[in-house]
Amino acid sequence: MNEEELVEYFRAQMRKDPDMASAVAAIRTLLEFLKRDKGETILGLRESLTWATACLMGEDSSVAVSSGGELFLRFISLTSLEHQDLSRCKKVMEERGELFLEKISMSRNKVAKLCHTFIKDGAKILTHSYSRVVLRVLEKAAAEKKRFSVYVTESQPDAAGRQMAEALKKLNVPVTVVLDAAVGYVLEKVDLVIVGAEGVVESGGIINKIGTYQMAMCSKAHNKPFYVVAESFKFVRLYPLNQQDVPDKFKYKADTLKSIRNLSEEHPVIDYTPPSLITLLFTDLGVLTPSAVSDELIKLYL
Amino acid sequence: RHEHHDVTIFTILADGNEKKGDIERAKSEGKELTKEEKQRLRKEKKQQKKSKEKKDDKAIQESGKETRGDSSAASAPQPSTQSTAQKAPSAVPAPVSVPASEGPTPADKPAKSKAELKAERRARQESERASKQSKKGDPGPQGAVSKSKAATNELQPVVKRLPEHIQVDNPDVLKKLAKKLERQQIPLRLDYGYKVSLFSHLHQYSRKAPLTQQLSIPSTVIHPAIVRLGLQYSQGIVAGSNARSVALLHAFKQVIRDYTTPPNEELSRDLVNRLKPYISFLNQCRPLSASMGNAIKYVKKEISNIPSQCKEEEAKQKLLKCIEWYIKDKIILAATAIAESSIEKISDGDVILIYGCSSLVNHILCEALEKNRKFRVIVVDSRPRLEGREALRRLVQRGISCTYVLISAVSYILPEVSKVFLGAHALLANGYVMSRVGTSQIALVAKAFNVPVLVCCETYKFCERVQTDSFVSNELDDPDDLIVTRNGQTQLENWQQEPSLGLLNLVYDVTPPDFVDLVITELGMIPCTSVPVVLRVKNVDQ
Repeated sequence: MNEEELVEYFRAQMRKDPDMASAVAAIRTLLEFLKRDKGETILGLRESLTWATACLMGEDSSVAVSSGGELFLRFISLTSLEHQDLSRCKKVMEERGELFLEKISMSRNKVAKLCHTFIKDGAKILTHSYSRVVLRVLEKAAAEKKRFSVYVTESQPDAAGRQMAEALKKLNVPVTVVLDAAVGYVLEKVDLVIVGAEGVVESGGIINKIGTYQMAMCSKAHNKPFYVVAESFKFVRLYPLNQQDVPDKFKYKADTLKSIRNLSEEHPVIDYTPPSLITLLFTDLGVLTPSAVSDELIKLYL
Repeated sequence: RHEHHDVTIFTILADGNEKKGDIERAKSEGKELTKEEKQRLRKEKKQQKKSKEKKDDKAIQESGKETRGDSSAASAPQPSTQSTAQKAPSAVPAPVSVPASEGPTPADKPAKSKAELKAERRARQESERASKQSKKGDPGPQGAVSKSKAATNELQPVVKRLPEHIQVDNPDVLKKLAKKLERQQIPLRLDYGYKVSLFSHLHQYSRKAPLTQQLSIPSTVIHPAIVRLGLQYSQGIVAGSNARSVALLHAFKQVIRDYTTPPNEELSRDLVNRLKPYISFLNQCRPLSASMGNAIKYVKKEISNIPSQCKEEEAKQKLLKCIEWYIKDKIILAATAIAESSIEKISDGDVILIYGCSSLVNHILCEALEKNRKFRVIVVDSRPRLEGREALRRLVQRGISCTYVLISAVSYILPEVSKVFLGAHALLANGYVMSRVGTSQIALVAKAFNVPVLVCCETYKFCERVQTDSFVSNELDDPDDLIVTRNGQTQLENWQQEPSLGLLNLVYDVTPPDFVDLVITELGMIPCTSVPVVLRVKNVDQ
């Protein structure tokens, strides 16, 4: 499977189900790559998988794709030590890969089940940009016959917030679109803030669409709870100390990275929110405090 | 004050010597004693001690009252707190031994009946409690010591004893320590100078009186390599957590090489017993660090795991290999792994602040220079040790551009700094970082300026202790180090003559985890709050 086929398969997956997380699409693509791979050694397999992940990063440079690829690779290397015969090994890997995919497709529902109880009747919620997990949580809360209203930030430069507002209108939830600059203004009316995450880092902080850090700082100043909803496959092995420490390959879109030479004039599309500003994280592993994220990561990776 | 105190201890020991003679004889013959007989022996010993304590308690209080009369004019609060501390703990442990004595009654019973003694003790406890309530302004640690001993009473089976090195103001603990040292034939090192009351529960020794002067020549009990090591520790020639651990392990290797199993003894048990007096000796020279404690635990474990059918030469070779592996894996390779992770965090144009001289941080900076990172370093230093000068010398030799400031200028220089790298002496189980005094200050100021603080620490320095402040357990260095001679004048020369003047030379302090952004270990980069998880994982591995 060469690069074009890879990228095409990935795009097809994203098109087929727009509700799917990009990390899931990436893992599906990698699984397909594994099935079609004609390598003879485990080491060769690992190398080709790493190469495949890099190709996908070239298509969609989000943190989630990187973390999905890494998790898949780690998953594979765990199984590789058990069987001597390569073909049997590959069969086991494929089975386990399918199992893994099944598990993580349920994760959004698990998160929604945990989070919707925190939305009380009559609550006013603030959220940022377009997040499918947050949408699912709000769907579940609406299904439980809770009355709440939502403020969404417009989230430039791609105005993804408007997409979120459309989706919420379909659920009959009263929604207001606010400017990114109006977050401080609107926070006094709001009861809680819920955002999604593109990646959850080792310190317990998150990487998300630009504007999240501002929102977190304002909610801390107003003493409003700041909740993050994320699936567990978004846990990534980064440890940024500040905004500057996030690698450039995540900060900009893939096309920007390829075309523009001088990145200092470009606007980054993501930012890093440190764990001290986050109240709780809702994941399919449970409701975690930011310091517990590191414990979970140690369990997963060590 | 302290001279009288110590004299009374030695008179007590002189009395107890004939009793001890019996016990020693029993010990030398008692190698074949079964467990039950040993337990009975122990219970009898406790009984004898209790009856002696009754008589000697009164003797201490008499002499204590005399000394109090002398110095009452000079330092009013000090003796009263001393007396409460003296009386309260001595009253409390006595009830502890009562249940033990309920067992087999020995031939020599105390003069009074048990009920009368109990009533006496209870009356004394009540009076103590009443006096303690009235004196609420007593310094924390002393009250904490007696309170924790009272708590010890209620939860007797599951409790951990307070370590001896932080109960220096408790005469019973001192007595026990003195007895133990005499049994191991190691001289007791005397405390020096007036101790500030908040830290009177810690030892304070003078560098001008090393323990080796009190040793007889030749010393048959302590191996010369250990004597040399003890002297190096107490004079500060070998300083720094890693250096001390490595020196200790090398000395142990020498001990093992020179060791021969005596007849009718097993190497695995005898060698461990042989090491115990050495460890007490080193502890007297300078209190053991957490890293040394972990290293000793490892060595003892390896020794006791030697199978009994193993030949002596083979066993010794195995032990030497284990120690070499420990040094290589936990210290040298760990430093390499940590340097690799840390270099990712150093970007070009960084201004890095370091404090004091940490071998690990110096190694990281030198490695970063090898990998062609462009950065400059600000070295912060503090009196009286001025360790920063050593770090400065090493870095400048490599060609790293450095700035040198004293710790009083830290808030001036911090706006220029992009990262702070700190070394650690130990990482405690609740995420607190124990390091050289001044580290906590730097972390606090860095947090106020929003500068990331990174602590680099190998996992063998992780310890199970929990501590939230720097008072409970610390080390007091020689107070004479604070005296400085300028323009031919030494202002504090006669500080001992001033009754209200105390010199405090602390060695360590604790930094809370909120000030630390990242801990770099050889297992990876973890937040400070994940230290107990790593400890748990490590224990599972072992």
